[in-house]
Parts: sequence; C-alpha cells; structure tokens
Amino acid sequence: MLKDTDRIFRNLYGDESFNLSNALNRGDWKDTKEIIAKGKDWIIDQVKKSELRGRGGAGFPTGMKWSFAPKEPTTDRPHYLVINADESEPGTCKDRDILRYEPQKLIEGSLIAAYAVGAKACYVYIRGEYVNEGKVLQQAIDEAYEKNLIGKNAAGSGWDFDMYIHFGAGAYICGEETALLESLEGNKGQPRLKPPFPALVGLYGCPTIVNNVETIAVVPTILRRGPEWFASFGRPKNRGTKIFCISGNVVNPCNVEEEMSIPLKELIETHAGGVIGGWDNLQAVIPGGSSMPLLPKKVCDNILMDFDALVEAKSGMGTAGIVVIDKSQDIVSCISRISRFYKHESCGQCTPCREGSGWLWRMMERINRGDAEIHEIDMLLEVTKQIEGHTICAFGEASAWPVQGLLRHFREQMEEKCSNLANRKIA
Amino acid sequence: MPKVTVDGIEVEVEAGSTVLQACEAAGKEIPRFCYHERLSIAGNCRMCLVEMEKSPKPVASCAMPVMDGQVIKTNTPMVKKAREGVMEFLLINHPLDCPICDQGGECDLQDQAFNYGGGRSRYELNKRSVDQKYMGPLIKTHMNRCIHCTRCVRFSEEVAGVSEIGAINRGENMEITTFLENTIESEMSGNVIDLCPVGALTSKPYSYEARPWELNKVETIDVMDAVGSNIRMDSKGWEVKRVLPRINDEINEEWISDKTRYACDGLLNNRIDTPYIKKDGELKEASWKEALSFINQKLENKKTFGGLVGQLVDLETSYAFKKLFKNVFNSELVDFRQKDILFDTSNTFNFKFNTTISKIDEADFILLVGANPRLEATIISSRIRKAVKSGCKVFSIGDPGDQHYKFKVIGNNISILDDLVFGNISESKLLKEAKNPVIIIGESVLKSEISKNVISSVQTLLKDINKLDGFNILHQSASNVGSLILGLQTENLQKVYDADVLYLINADEVNIDKKNNQFIIYQGSHGGENSKIADVILPGAAYSEKNGSFVNLEGRVQRSYKASYPPGFAKEDFEIFNDIAKSKGSNHGYSSFENLREEMINEHKSLSIYDEIQPSDIENLNIERHVKKDHLIEINNVDYYQTNIVARSSQTMNECKLAKQQPRKTGTEN
Repeated sequence: MLKDTDRIFRNLYGDESFNLSNALNRGDWKDTKEIIAKGKDWIIDQVKKSELRGRGGAGFPTGMKWSFAPKEPTTDRPHYLVINADESEPGTCKDRDILRYEPQKLIEGSLIAAYAVGAKACYVYIRGEYVNEGKVLQQAIDEAYEKNLIGKNAAGSGWDFDMYIHFGAGAYICGEETALLESLEGNKGQPRLKPPFPALVGLYGCPTIVNNVETIAVVPTILRRGPEWFASFGRPKNRGTKIFCISGNVVNPCNVEEEMSIPLKELIETHAGGVIGGWDNLQAVIPGGSSMPLLPKKVCDNILMDFDALVEAKSGMGTAGIVVIDKSQDIVSCISRISRFYKHESCGQCTPCREGSGWLWRMMERINRGDAEIHEIDMLLEVTKQIEGHTICAFGEASAWPVQGLLRHFREQMEEKCSNLANRKIA
Repeated sequence: MPKVTVDGIEVEVEAGSTVLQACEAAGKEIPRFCYHERLSIAGNCRMCLVEMEKSPKPVASCAMPVMDGQVIKTNTPMVKKAREGVMEFLLINHPLDCPICDQGGECDLQDQAFNYGGGRSRYELNKRSVDQKYMGPLIKTHMNRCIHCTRCVRFSEEVAGVSEIGAINRGENMEITTFLENTIESEMSGNVIDLCPVGALTSKPYSYEARPWELNKVETIDVMDAVGSNIRMDSKGWEVKRVLPRINDEINEEWISDKTRYACDGLLNNRIDTPYIKKDGELKEASWKEALSFINQKLENKKTFGGLVGQLVDLETSYAFKKLFKNVFNSELVDFRQKDILFDTSNTFNFKFNTTISKIDEADFILLVGANPRLEATIISSRIRKAVKSGCKVFSIGDPGDQHYKFKVIGNNISILDDLVFGNISESKLLKEAKNPVIIIGESVLKSEISKNVISSVQTLLKDINKLDGFNILHQSASNVGSLILGLQTENLQKVYDADVLYLINADEVNIDKKNNQFIIYQGSHGGENSKIADVILPGAAYSEKNGSFVNLEGRVQRSYKASYPPGFAKEDFEIFNDIAKSKGSNHGYSSFENLREEMINEHKSLSIYDEIQPSDIENLNIERHVKKDHLIEINNVDYYQTNIVARSSQTMNECKLAKQQPRKTGTEN
C-alpha cells in the first residue's frame, strides 16, 4: 500500500480547502521558479526519466509527447497547451477531484508544461457538466493570478503564461484530443484526421500539446521529488502512482491514489471495502472505464493494474475507472447499456462508427431481450470487427471492445438468452 | 519525389500527394465516396481503406500523405474485408429504392456496392428515416439516401463560399441540412447534385424525367454567359432533359453555374415553330412560301437595312448574316450591341480576357472596375474566390454587392483609376508590388461615353508596371467576342436601329422603338417582346439544335454541337438566309454548314484553331493617351435568372427568381 508521504494528491478527499494558502502548505508552488530556471530540456528529460505515461487513457509517454513540439515557436505560429478536462468516460471521476480539491497542482503543472513546450497560453477544456469544478478552478486561477504565480513573469520565472477555461457542451467525443480542438475552435466536435498530429498542427493550425488533467497535475511533484522517486513505483514502463476510481458493486466506492501495478484484488479489498457479498460474489470487472473490455473473475483474481498487464489480458488500463460487477447483475444488460451510451455519443463523422454503433446496440438489445437468434451472436462479433480499426478516431474501438469483451468471456449467457427464443419457437 | 510501392508496382509521385493518388498512379482503382479532387479531404467514408506495411490497422488512403518507401497493398483479404464492412454499414440505412431513384444507373453507391460489396444483407432491423429538407427550387432532397460524405457541405463552404449547407446532430442522427431550410444563396448550388455520390441531392426539374441510359448525350458548349463552360447535353427525343458539366481545367474545372444547368427547360417553352405574318395588326400563322413572298413584297422600296444579332448567336450564323446583308441587301449595318456599349476593336487585346480564366488562380491583386463577376460570369467568380483563399486581395471600383468573398470597395468614380495611375491612394502600392495583378473591366463601365477612357487608364496602369496581360474585359454574352472578331461593331449603332428594315436574329434584350413604316423581321427560336412588334417572324433553330462555334471571353474558339433538332417548321438560320437570298433573286448562299464554316475560316484565319487561345498582337498595341475624367460608376443591375431569351422562357429560372424574392427565414418566426 502506498505510504501517505508518497501521495501526490494529499487533498484528494477535500479534507482541506482548495484555496491557495492551503495548497502552499501542502507544498504546491515550492521552488517553481528554480525548476523552470533549469530549462526546457531538463524538464522534458526529467519527465522522460520518470517514465510518466499519459493518464487520459491511451498511455502515451508524456516526455516524448512534449519533445514532439517544434523547438522554438515562431511569431505567426505560437504554441498552445491544452488541458483535457472533458472527463466523460463512464466509471471515471479522478479529474473531477483534482479540479475541485487540488486545482493548484494543475495550474502549477500547466505553467511548467507550457514552459517546456514553449506555450504562453493554456486552455482548459472542461466538460459542461463540471460547472462547480469549473468555478473552483476559475477561483484558483484568479488566486494564482493575484499572487503573480501565473500571468506576466509567472512565479518570477520570466515566462509569461495565461490560462483560460472553456466549458464544453457535454459531448463525450470532445474528450478525443482533436475533436476537443475542433470544439475549442468553435466547430462541430468531430475528430480530425491524423497525421498531422496536434503537436505539429493543432489548435488554429499551431503546434499544440494536449494532456490530461492528471498527467499535468503530477508533473510538479515529479520534478520536485525527482524522477527516480516516481519511477520507484510500479513495474518497468508502468511507473508511478495513479488515481484509481472504484465504483459499482463494492462496499465503499472511492477514488484512491495507489502505485501502479497493484493487484486488482488488493486494490478493491483494501480501499473499496471489497466486493459486496465477498470476492466470490464477483462476476466481472471493467478495469479502465466503460470502453475497455471487461475481465471475468478468474482473470481478476491475479491481474495487476497497469498498462501492459491489462493489454496482455486483452483489456486496457484506460482511465483506470474500475467498475465492479457482482453476480447479482445481468452482465448482458450491463454491456447493452454501455453500447447504448456509445451509440448516443458517436459523432457521426465516419461510417463504421455512425452506422455500426447503433446496429451494435440494437443487436445487444435483441439478445438481451431474448429476441435474437443464436447466429446473431456471431454476426455481432463480426460487426464489432468491422468497426474496430476502421474509424478516424479511437471511438470505433471504444464501442466495439466492451461487446467483444462480453463475447469473449460471457458467451454462454448470451447463448442462453437466445436459446429461449428457440424454445419459444418450438413451443 | 517519394517512391511508393503499390501492389508490387513502384511508382514515383509528387511530394505532398496522398496514398490514394499514388495508388491511382499505379493503375489501381480505389473506391471512394467522400474524397473529391477539388474539395478538401474529409476522410470520413472509410471506403478507401488500404493496407500499409508497418500499420496494424488499414489506413484511409485519401488522407494518408505519401512517404518514401511506403509499401501499400490494395488487394489483400484485409482490404477486401474492410471495404465489404464499410459498404455493409453504408447500406444498412440506405433505402432500397434504386428503381425509382434518379441517381439509379449513375450512382457511385450502386456501382461500388456491386464491385466491392459483400453481396448479401444481414441487417434485418428497421431502416432510419430522415425528413426531407428544402434547398430551393433546384435541389431535391431524399435525405434517407444520404451517406454523410459531406461533399455538399465542403463544396458550399469552399467553392461556392456560402456556409448554408451543414450537418446537425450527432451519430446516426446526423443530418445534412440547410439549417433554416432557405434557398441556397449561390449561383453554383446545382453542382452539389453532381457531387452527391448517391441520390440524396438530385435535380428538382429533372426528377422522374428520364433514366440515364435512355438519354442521348452530346458534348457541347454553354452559351448562357461568355465563359463558354464545357457541358454535356442529355436529350430524350426532342427534349433536352438536362445539362451537366464536362471537366475542363482551363475554363470551368468541374463546375457550371445554375443558369447553365437549369435554363435548358427554356428550350422547350415559348418556341417559334412556324412562320408568322402580321396582317391587319395581328400576327397570323403562315407557310414558309407565304412568309418569303410577304418579305419580298414588303422589302421593295426600302432603302436602309439594319441587322441585329442576339446574345446566343453562333459565329457561323453571324457571319452568314453579315454576308447576306452585304451581298443581298447591300448594307453594312449589322451589329450585336443591345445596349449603350463601345468596345475598342483596334486590337483583339482590347476586348479579351487576357489573363485567361485559369490564371486567375495565381492572381495576388484583383481590381474589379464596374464588374459583378458573381452574376455576370459565375465561373470567373469562383476562380476569384479560389485566388482569395490563397491570399489574393480584391478591390472594386463601384460596389457590385455580395460576391461570396471579401473585397474592398475603393470608390465609385472612374477617377479612382487616375488616382491609381498617379499613386495617390494606398492601393496603388499594392498594385505595384503585385506579381500577378488582374484588372477586370465590366460592361457597366464600357458605355460609349467613358469606354475609351477606362480602357486607356487601365492599360496605362498595367503598362507602367509591365504587367499588361492583367487587362481583362468581362463580357456578359456568348456572342460578344465572336461578333467583335467578325467585325459586327458598326460606327453608328443608332443607324442600325433606325433603318427602314430591321432584321433581328433572336435579339430580344433591347426595347425597340418601332418607327412608322419600319419593317421588322424577327428570326429566332423563342418568342419575346420583340417578336410581338415584328411584321414577320421566321422560326429558327436554337443553339442546341444546330452545329456552330462560339468564342468565349478569353478568345477561345469552341465548337457546339447539335443535341436536338428544330421543332415544327423551324430551320437552321443559314438556310433561312439562303431562302431569302433566293427569293430576292440573288444566287448568294451556302450549300451546307461545312461550306459556310469553311468560307468563314478562310476570311478569319484566327477562327480556325479550336479550344486554344490565340495570342493578341501586343507589340502593335496602341495605348491611347490618358485623359483624366470624372464619371460615377453605376453597375448594371443583372437579373441573373433572366438574362437571355432561353432563361426567360424557362420555368425553373422563373421559380429561382421568385424564390430569391421570398424573405429569408431567420429562425425566429413561428
């Protein structure tokens, strides 16, 4: 279990106020000027050494992403830093607690990251539903401006830095980085084609680094305590601490910061009070937010919570939003509900996702109601394969994977539902 | 240049091109819906997926830039599966109404489903239904058929310059719409019908008229304006059913204006199909024999003969008309001008669009002088817009109104030209620095009173910066340049109108003040105001019913072909001239159309070369001395949908005019 002294987010539960003086007591904004004085290359190098991987879902190495930005911004093409706070993945609520209880960590991280990538402006794209969190962040930004921690000559570093909040309108797809940029520019939130990647052609056509809230918020602590400290947690390539969001059929749903590569069972039992009705009552776990394939109990018994271990188990770390499903739940119905979510949130730009996600949901509903014939299960699998990998953004995978996970591990349940129809027909 | 391997074939393509273009260079066909050469890349249909080495997923070839050493495969099972998958998705919500769909037979979805589809249907649920959208009197919508390729959205934003088509809603509820369901405010809107790969946007006037395989297709030239767009006329029996663009990068690229596309139903209405004679103040049907002898009888004792050719008259007819006047009536009074306008014919340079249409793209400074390209020559306007998008600055003397691109009005007096010459205003610096300046003079400032002055000022301006070929005249009608080359501009236009006998060839744009004892012959395809006052009406063939040639505003000679045949007793114009000469006892005449064309070419050598622009003799250009002059510019009001007699006879054009007069919806009404 992670020691309290190793926790980055000391105020994750809102025990103290979010305001600046409390944040300063917790160690935020300590030596920021000195950190920046060490230069861009040093910061990027330290982040690379810490092996920090993006916390938004894809797990791309953060230091590498920062190094993709062109060295020096030109006058007609400034650099931008964009913080993705459009946390919409069902089962995930880590950014929310950072925004409302630890906003200074995000602001300080933004300054450092912006300096490292040569950006003077930072946009925080917050999902529209986070009204209160946005208000808190705005207060925190105002406080930071007042104390000259950001603004002209931010924190005495000689770097000018401005931070703006933009509220989204509640579309899940706007959490995809290029759709987010489109939305920020005032267009319909639809993902862009890649390449070019935002690091070269991003917001208003300028180089833009897009990072998740948690990724940015952990950076100051890494730089203060050293990359070696951060890299001492977790397995190689899966380093550091991470906020896990545990929800579903557990005794005590919670957000908790733990080290990477912690066994799932230990995580649930230590922090969430265990599965309702005991571990043996566990049916399945969705380990990384609704878009990741679920894991059945037998896999959950020994699985480690990190990027590589979960990929090996044909799932993914995603946002680390752990949804626990116990045996009282109808698993087919659960996944059908997730399919409905993806059908509702598909942006409609590219064919496989626009047409496929609706078809998936309707087939799932038929199977769930017991109206489907047994061969439709195979068809369902084929349709998911037709969506997966054929779309502009990762949304195609997001809608296909939950269903694929269900088919992989709970096919009998589906067949059973379908066989009811066969029985009905005979009768 | 990067080298790419496509299915084992190594091809070298230009840097910056896409994998799809590389595949095409290797001779591989890639199916696509959303990709279009002249629009931005959307990459949303996912039909063009190909396999790329080192990429675990198939890549959209239309959006993937080529990189040296890429290995592309277009015929693997993975590609085949991907295409079948996408095709199945496109079809699940597409209605099976091909038998009654106007796109049937020339539908991309149909063709590609046949070639790349899985050949079976697994979808058993209900299909989506989408409400029809109103897009004006030209475009009919069947939104159930839409596959959301967004070509129409991109066209309206990028080419037409109006953000009036867009997509609303999300996911499977996404709909293409005109938002408030207004008529599209563009003279190019009809092109979205060609762009639509399915039958979602179809032509309203053509709906349920014919199947594409029943049509007789003739590649010809448009005469609705002076641009000379390349078109294809599709006819069924006598009726010209529709007009489609042909690709010609030098002129119209792939677009045509709405008038070009839709005025064709005017060829069916209001036609003169038999001769008429005016007896006791009333026009009565007559036979050719009666009409000719009537003319013969009336022409006795007449002294002066004037001839006027209309906007849609081809070179051969104009030439034969002039010869008829010279050889039979012994008159030189043949003109083509139906308003107060004066061209400088001392050099062909002085009345041509010398920049050429395709070079407008490269312009970095455009000055409009009393011109309204949007309504006078829509295709040119789209070229200007293209130049604006790549950084060209546009200025105008006189305010022509909205052009769908940004421009600055720098005054409304021709004296501004003098200010430019003497560097009195800031724009003259821009002009001097411009690499490819273009100055476009509209017909509105070529009134006889100021014409010479405007031409000389502009030429002096351009001569000073040694960019003389930026001198352009924007003609409005198809017969203008040809008539000028044939020498149809007389010294005194009034003499023509005042002649004892006035012979009109399809000329209906001018109000004729008929004198006592003046005898008016109206020969043409359509009846109009001037045919009503005529003493005799002779039925002629329309431009679509005979072969001919036209010179466009650049001075490019292009041939037009017979797509239909004249109705009733109507004849080709030169045959009528033959008959008149014969009845007058002259042996003047042409044995055939070829004979006529040959004689014309012998006399005017420059008309013998087709589809190319003849260079003007700039060496001997005589620029008149510049005289300062004050004159307010009033840009002529162009009634776009009614500019010529065919358009005026067209039901569709009338509907367009009415639709434009409707108040625009604002979204705030109940």
